[in-house]
Amino acid sequence: MVDAFEVDVIDDRAHLRFRDEAAHEEPAVTLDAFLAGQSNATAVRVEPGDDARALIPMLGRIALVEVSFPSFRDGRGYSAARVLREAGYVGELRAEGDVLVDQIPLMRRCGFDSFAPRAAVDPVVLRRSLERYDHVYQKAADAAVPIWKLRHG
Amino acid sequence: MKLVTGNDLATGDVVWWTGRGWTRHIAEARDAGDRAESIAREEEAARRVNVPYVIEASETPDGPRPAHIKDRIRALGPTVRPDLTLKPADPHAGDWVI
Amino acid sequence: MYKYDEYDQSIVDARVDEFRDQCRRRLAGELTEDQFKPLRLMNGLYLQLHAYMLRVAVPYGTLDSRQMRMLAHVARKYDRGYGHFTTRQNIQYNWIKLEDAADILAELATVEMHAIQTSGNCIRNISSDQFAGAAADEVTDPRPWAELLRQWSTFHPEFSYLPRKFKIAVIAADEDRAAMRLHDIGLQLIERDGVLGARVFVGGGMGRTPMIAPEIKDFVAADELMSYLEACLRVYNRYGRRDNIYKARIKILIHELGADKYRAEVEEEFDAVKQLGIDPPAAELARITAMFAAPAFAADDGTVADRSDPDFAVWLDQNVKPHKQPGHAIVTISLKPIGGIPGDASAEQIDVMADLAERYSFDELRVTHAQNIVLPHVRVADLKAVWEALAAAGLADANLDLISDIIACPGLDYCALANARSIPLAQKIGRRFADLDRQRDLGELKLKISGCINACGHHHAGHIGILGVDRKGTENFQLLLGGSGAEDVSLGKITGPGFDEDGVVDAIERVTDTYVRLRDTGERFVDTYRRVGMQPFKEAIYG
Repeated sequence: MVDAFEVDVIDDRAHLRFRDEAAHEEPAVTLDAFLAGQSNATAVRVEPGDDARALIPMLGRIALVEVSFPSFRDGRGYSAARVLREAGYVGELRAEGDVLVDQIPLMRRCGFDSFAPRAAVDPVVLRRSLERYDHVYQKAADAAVPIWKLRHG
Repeated sequence: MKLVTGNDLATGDVVWWTGRGWTRHIAEARDAGDRAESIAREEEAARRVNVPYVIEASETPDGPRPAHIKDRIRALGPTVRPDLTLKPADPHAGDWVI
Repeated sequence: MYKYDEYDQSIVDARVDEFRDQCRRRLAGELTEDQFKPLRLMNGLYLQLHAYMLRVAVPYGTLDSRQMRMLAHVARKYDRGYGHFTTRQNIQYNWIKLEDAADILAELATVEMHAIQTSGNCIRNISSDQFAGAAADEVTDPRPWAELLRQWSTFHPEFSYLPRKFKIAVIAADEDRAAMRLHDIGLQLIERDGVLGARVFVGGGMGRTPMIAPEIKDFVAADELMSYLEACLRVYNRYGRRDNIYKARIKILIHELGADKYRAEVEEEFDAVKQLGIDPPAAELARITAMFAAPAFAADDGTVADRSDPDFAVWLDQNVKPHKQPGHAIVTISLKPIGGIPGDASAEQIDVMADLAERYSFDELRVTHAQNIVLPHVRVADLKAVWEALAAAGLADANLDLISDIIACPGLDYCALANARSIPLAQKIGRRFADLDRQRDLGELKLKISGCINACGHHHAGHIGILGVDRKGTENFQLLLGGSGAEDVSLGKITGPGFDEDGVVDAIERVTDTYVRLRDTGERFVDTYRRVGMQPFKEAIYG
């Protein structure tokens, strides 16, 4: 199964999107602002130190969660994403910032379906990375069937 | 004196700046002086060296001798395996390190 | 032992392909060193003092002769004829070229080996008891569980960019032969009301701030263990410090939050995660466990080893332990010859060990965290032949757990992180105490040397520990006493001011002389130390 994406340029940056509908236009507000009552906002930005679980009661009202990766080494955003998907969030989940092409397949598994990398990502390299592994060992936030399930049904 | 040192990207070999290129043999290294940092950056950007850095060394009759034991070990090889160093036949090579 | 199916093989094969592409991109300049570094670390490839260093995984320290021969082949073809067995049961090669790395991994993949996650801020090799499957005191063989965790942790998408490295150990006996309490997560398998589960310890570690892991959960059943560990890791990923690499391990988080608060956070996460269906079914653990069934042991014919050769008799007494199966024994091969390099083995020696395993140990070997090799299932009747072959290969030192059975990190001779050379010091100590009768009189004395505070030599867990430091540009050594990585776990205490290389050897001799003077009958060094305290030793050392 091919994990298809498109490249959209939004605000001078190439976004890689794995969603069918058009990109969300509205700017994302900070988590604090959203929680403080800017509840007409439908896009929220989560920083590494934020607790994404705070959004769980309001997921139905959110169309875009943008998770910030100021440094590619800081992996907190992977947990934030997965937690939101586990809680039932179905909107756009975007990884923004220092996102490297080799990380995108892992981020997909955590539930991210759009990417706004600060540095250009080669779509050919990305395509190859996404198609490289036929199997995964563990269940995550994507639809991939873990190997233990293939073994035992 | 200031030496620029690093590793060869493909092989991992320890290398030293000679003034014109890179050598595995520290005796061929030359003082890079005030230009040391910028040489390191240029050479790294051109991918002729990996993770270069600048060290202090002293002039000796045998050639430059790094100030820090770590770089002397890099220059020669492990003190506990003389056969694997750049001077396996030299019984005094280890003294130079220590 | 575990055998790959098509799924396992596809994973390592794809990984080779991926890393080959990453290396190509690095060599072509499409990746900077900064971008490439975490990728190569996740394939165990370091840039060290002399060249690239490759750390190959030996999952829970278990391998067969075919794999051992491949390790010898890699040493010959791609390195300089030897390998180094590590304190996490892995093997390291010190002279690797980046341009060869993918080919090496491709060859390893043909024998179900890899270098996945042997470095980097991710979950590392799951370590275990080197006597698993052979010791009489285990509740069950811990290795199937370690294999389950190996698969769970491999390319775990959420936990590949943790604050710092993460090390897990699994044991299944009260005697701790794997330093379990000094791991980020330690699991002790136990049985409760007929159900197998794990006691979970979280927050152990060595390094700059050594800590013994507190118990976080007294029992987690097999069918919930994965969920529970996900919760443990997620809380760490969320709250672990990222501002200071010396404070980024989970032990610091638990120390700062407190074990109770950490436990509560994990329970909250666990309640959510266990609903998600991420735990494999019991059938998966059963499938793996079947591969660890006991070999077809021969019945005990009552053969007793012939002790007429005194050297053989000494080796029997020191390096051979009882096996749960009558008529069999557990052999430890010492990689600590006097004056040698602790943990190193030549390609020829590795081949000898492979042959012995195939012929005499049901084709199985183990790597211990003390950097020795174990033949787990040797018939008593074959012990003499095994010893003779080992002696011919320089592998028959009868010094298991004696003072010359030194754990030493590679130190400044090899490692870019080190402050001091550890190997020459180990050699000097070995030569000072070379007399085997003297060593046996001193008895169990676990001496561990680290060349820097990263503590890869486990010096905090040594009955005698040594830490190499840089003192104004020269190598200096601190001496610690009273640590232990076994079930009587404790952290060593520093004696006082440091020494130069010869000075610390003299100091150690004063320590052992003091022990001999003060010991009660049958008391180990560490027991005497615990009874009399630091003071007599300090006086003997410093006068």
